[in-house]
Amino acid sequence: MKIANLFLIALKALRRNKLRALLTMLGIIIGVASVIAMVAIGQGSKKSIQDQLSSMGSNMITIRPNSNVTAGARLDISSVQTLTLADVDALRKETKHLNAISPAVSSKGQAINGALNWPTTMQGVTVDYLKIRDWPLKDGIAFRESDVHTANKVCLIGQTVVDNIFPYGVNPVGQIIRFNKIPFRIIGVLESKGENAFGQDQDDIIIAPFTTVQKRITNSIYLQNIYASTADESQTQMATDEIEQIMRTSHRLKAKDEDDFSVRTQAELINTFSSTSQLLTVLLTAISGISLLIGGIGIMNIMYVSVTERTKEIGLRMSIGANGRDILLQFLVEAILISLTGGLIGIVLGIVASELIQYFLHWPTLISESSVILSFLVCAITGIFFGYYPALKASKLDPIEALHYE
Amino acid sequence: MGKKILEIQDLTREFTMGSETVRALKGVSFDVMEGEFITIMGSSGSGKTTMLNILGCLDKPTDGNYLLDGVNVKSLSKNELAALRNTKIGFIFQSYNLLARTSAIENVELPLLYNSKVSTKERREKAINALEAVKLADRLDHFPNQLSGGQQQRVAIARALVNDPVMILADEATGNLDTRTSYEIMALIQELNAQGKTIIFVTHEPDIAAFSNRTVTLRDGRVIKDFNNQNIKSAKQMLADFRVDEDYKYENS
Repeated sequence: MKIANLFLIALKALRRNKLRALLTMLGIIIGVASVIAMVAIGQGSKKSIQDQLSSMGSNMITIRPNSNVTAGARLDISSVQTLTLADVDALRKETKHLNAISPAVSSKGQAINGALNWPTTMQGVTVDYLKIRDWPLKDGIAFRESDVHTANKVCLIGQTVVDNIFPYGVNPVGQIIRFNKIPFRIIGVLESKGENAFGQDQDDIIIAPFTTVQKRITNSIYLQNIYASTADESQTQMATDEIEQIMRTSHRLKAKDEDDFSVRTQAELINTFSSTSQLLTVLLTAISGISLLIGGIGIMNIMYVSVTERTKEIGLRMSIGANGRDILLQFLVEAILISLTGGLIGIVLGIVASELIQYFLHWPTLISESSVILSFLVCAITGIFFGYYPALKASKLDPIEALHYE
Repeated sequence: MGKKILEIQDLTREFTMGSETVRALKGVSFDVMEGEFITIMGSSGSGKTTMLNILGCLDKPTDGNYLLDGVNVKSLSKNELAALRNTKIGFIFQSYNLLARTSAIENVELPLLYNSKVSTKERREKAINALEAVKLADRLDHFPNQLSGGQQQRVAIARALVNDPVMILADEATGNLDTRTSYEIMALIQELNAQGKTIIFVTHEPDIAAFSNRTVTLRDGRVIKDFNNQNIKSAKQMLADFRVDEDYKYENS
């Protein structure tokens, strides 16, 4: 039989039972639409977490002191002080992969401007820090290498600090504020970064030369962190290995000694968070997958009922010249047409639903091509799989018995 | 007369039901010539239905030969039988067996859909011609539920004609119709026969036999009578003589 005729026969048969075909499709439609929407929600939240983490600087590498063993006692991280400027110098001298390195010291304190005050954190860094964090200025200029050398009392302030200690409309650049009683001149305002992935306000910060913070505030030669970055995200792994080598040499650690520092990349963080949302996506998809399965079983159920109900029709078709294969293909094509049409409608509905969710609930959604293609394939397979047995049953009918079936 | 359309030689058909073997046909032989109108008569249990199934290539004989248009059915596979039904036989059933919610023309086109040699254009033309032959050219797009029983049976006859078969096989084709409509259908069948179609009409009603030129009577799986009718009644004449008032008395009062 010609393929065109086969489709014509199946289409005409479906057209005779529009409502039933539509109701059968409904299971598939709902299944596919929910798969598309759930994957879109999962992918969307994954993407938004990744974006947030990237906003912290996706190539950023953080070196922190690690608990080391001193005379057999393991010390708490906050009291561990192993990082020094010597490490920074060693890294600067020997690195091949890092394009920016900044020591960091920080101190909590009260920022005061006249009658207004605000508790915040001062981060002491070098000029490279802004490059590492990929953090542009909204206003003013960044401090220079010379400011670091001379421990100049200049600072850059974050938007949250501006909002809290400057009245609306006052330009902070050029103003003097006091932090822990030390006066600092504001030379720039940082662009707002918003909250990071942990919900911390990244704009609640004052950035100053680390030398100033060390000398005037912390009175310590130790560093809390060393920040570094690579030119490209792909280099972070190599850079991490390199940093470990340099740091171990710099700290004169023996082969059996544990690291007294730790190296963290942003990529690791992204992976950790992504895997959480990945799990969510898998879970949601699995649940919607079940509804798709139920839709498939619905098709099988209806096709079985249909074969019984249409026994006489099958008998007639056989008596006027349809062979078993013709009947098998007709019912198979009917099932596939139902599932594919349902799939297409479901895909459209799923995309619309995702857009509506984004619009009304402000949840981030991301429709991935792979989920669309996959659901379509699943529909085709569902149609073939669940349509095959009823079709086989139809094709095996005896024409004489089928004709006289009441 | 022309060539032999059917050659039936010592046909037997046995069914095994559990441990018992039922012999439905016990050696039936007769030939049918091209252009004959033959009725196969018999009461229930005579083997009439088994005979019909074999003649219609829906079933195969246990033994003996059945040649349809020179082809021995015995050696054919299921698919070859289906192809034979598609091209050489036109079925007419007691209950019409039209597809519901499907227009008359689409019902008539159905056999041609299973024949890959027929193009879409040819299919439509042939279906229209067939419906014209049964005088339903003005009902092409009507659904079966919009047609009377007689009209439905005429659509079914058009469907049987559309593939230009070597024989038309009717199974109690007037069984569901009133006397007047039966005459109409028989008149149509006689007309087709006059145009040269070979017709085999399986029935248990003796009245029908009067319209055919030959009657084969079966009993207990054997031919007990093979009778050539010299005095063929004209269904058209019967229809003309039929008292119209008898049908429409109640409606008109």
